[in-house]
Amino acid sequence: MGGTYTYPRYAFAAVGEQGARHPVVVVGGGMVGLAVALDLAQRGQSVVVLDDDDTVSIGSRAICHAKRSLEIYGRLGVGPALLRKGVIWNVGKVFFHDRQVYAFDLLPEPGHEYPAFVNLQQYYLEEWLVDACRASGLVELRWKSRVAAVANRADGVALTVATPAGSYDLHADWLLACDGARSFVRESLGLPFVGKVFRDRFLIADVVMQAAFPAERWFWFDPPFHPGGSVLLHRQADNVWRIDFQLGWDADPEAEKDPERVAGRVRAMLGPDVEFTLEWISVYTFRCRRLEKFRHGRTIFLGDAAHQVSPFGARGGNGGTQDADNLAWKLAAVLQGAAPEALLDSYDAERIPAADENILNSTRSTDFITPKNHAARAYRDAALELAEHYAFARPLVNSGRLSRPAVLRESPLSTPDREDWLGGLPPGAPAVDAPVRRDGADDWLLHHLGGNAFTLLLFGRPGDFPAGVLAQLGQGRLPVRPVFVTAMAEEGALHDHQGLAAARYDARPGTAILLRPDQHVAARWRAFEAAAVAQARLAALGFAAADTQRMAG
Amino acid sequence: MLETTPRLDDPDGLFEALVEAHRGLDPEASRRLDARIILLLANHIGSVAVVRAAIDAALNAAPDTRAKAAP
Ligand SMILES: Cc1cc2nc3c(=O)[nH]c(=O)nc-3n(C[C@H](O)[C@H](O)[C@H](O)COP(=O)(O)OP(=O)(O)OC[C@H]3O[C@@H](n4cnc5c(N)ncnc54)[C@H](O)[C@@H]3O)c2cc1C
Repeated sequence: MGGTYTYPRYAFAAVGEQGARHPVVVVGGGMVGLAVALDLAQRGQSVVVLDDDDTVSIGSRAICHAKRSLEIYGRLGVGPALLRKGVIWNVGKVFFHDRQVYAFDLLPEPGHEYPAFVNLQQYYLEEWLVDACRASGLVELRWKSRVAAVANRADGVALTVATPAGSYDLHADWLLACDGARSFVRESLGLPFVGKVFRDRFLIADVVMQAAFPAERWFWFDPPFHPGGSVLLHRQADNVWRIDFQLGWDADPEAEKDPERVAGRVRAMLGPDVEFTLEWISVYTFRCRRLEKFRHGRTIFLGDAAHQVSPFGARGGNGGTQDADNLAWKLAAVLQGAAPEALLDSYDAERIPAADENILNSTRSTDFITPKNHAARAYRDAALELAEHYAFARPLVNSGRLSRPAVLRESPLSTPDREDWLGGLPPGAPAVDAPVRRDGADDWLLHHLGGNAFTLLLFGRPGDFPAGVLAQLGQGRLPVRPVFVTAMAEEGALHDHQGLAAARYDARPGTAILLRPDQHVAARWRAFEAAAVAQARLAALGFAAADTQRMAG
Repeated sequence: MLETTPRLDDPDGLFEALVEAHRGLDPEASRRLDARIILLLANHIGSVAVVRAAIDAALNAAPDTRAKAAP
């Protein structure tokens, strides 16, 4: 099996050092570990990544990458490649028995660089992240390096790394545990990973075919070709199609992996005339669970090591990518002396509610797809029957609530609104894109937000704001960088030629919006006031309220 | 908010209509029919809070389900 993709093999290099000390060690070079390493590197932070394997993610795993992830990968430099290679889709169709009950369009409103979703095999994404990590010059990737012992210390974490050339010890000032759902780090620290197992099994088959299906998400409940179960069809790059068959709890996972048997299921679905080859087969039982806390002293958990969800809704990898986005700037700020260590506690305060939202959504989807009892089954089928005829029932049908970026509503880093806003983006929300022009050339707003600074989005001409005060805000580490947005083309400003930036941010002339280095809104005001901006920046860096007033004053 | 005083103009007619709708259906089809009726009415009411209050009132109304009702 396999054939459309050639797995890269990364060379193992023996490490001479014994007991060396590194500021940041990432355990696990999966999509999340690589993303956080690259993000840290782009902030000037050197990182060592330890991975027990010597290649990228094997087989069929994450395929649906949501808009916010694409934007994060855009900031990291691999977004355009995802767009070029991936399959863009917007339409989803839901079938019950032999009929389509409804279709939805994720309605890509125009004026965003990235669409709602791109489907791409996880191995491509990881390969590009590896390339970008290498090109950064600050990420040392150590393959065939399995973390075999972990001990938390007051000033870091002591690790033992097992390699083909023997074991060695090292000390990490900070350990980022990105070692996946079976996290060794989590288990060695004895941390409970609690939640629920869904009593169901799913067959994941990737098939290669030249099919006439459109690039859409098709979900069947109880179709004639797979009675009693659900089936999901997704298109990926290289004419690879992902098909998920719900098998039920009593299925024998080994017997179900028999290629002949899988081919029979696929043929029943596609009809006798469609030619295909099998690329990948696996059988899963899904779980939803998380760690009670993600930060444990100098060890911080990200991605599947911290939380696990069922795949309906594509919230696993997309959630993990947002973990990386959330943590990288904070850890870099602490290591570079721009923020107190307390800033890292906000990772828990922000990402635990986000993980809970993902767990809630994917649990509800899984419960709809696998009804727990006769009554649940009756309600599910009733909703499907009604959905065919009545629009009101369509929102009740749950074949997966597709990943949405977390709005960090209760964030301790946000400065609450004091004025009235008619929508726009509240503090904690991730920035929204808009088409702009710079010096007459088409550009995107998000390209100008975040990075190694806070961004102050100022709706007006540079001359409308006090230059000296802005220059002062622009001093030091993680300073405030102004970005001017104007309705007419102006020197030194982004030209909001369609008015979408102003509309999406509910901006009026003079509006000021402070964005964090991860492009989330920290605070917003109807008028610029330097002291308020300075104070909101300090609050977003995790300084205590008493200190922010004194320091900003 | 959940109205529990008598409000129906034709209670006997309602009872008859419900029973009639279920006549001849096997238990599984009956259950789905009830579910469709409940979902249609829930949407008509347009308030999940009212439906939750109805669920509690229904749980409370019989000894075998009372323990599940919200206190
Ligand atoms: C069938 C399926 C479909 C999915 N579909 C989607 C989807 O469409 N969209 C989506 O967003 N998500 C999806 N997911 C979830 C997604 O694959 C995961 O959330 C994602 O891989 C998590 O990334 P990670 O980096 O946290 O962990 P992993 O990808 O599991 O990476 C962990 C890494 O750690 C390494 N490692 C483990 N132990 C050690 C050790 N002791 N020492 C050193 N290295 C170690 C491993 O080799 C691996 O490289 C799907 C998952 C499945 C199973």
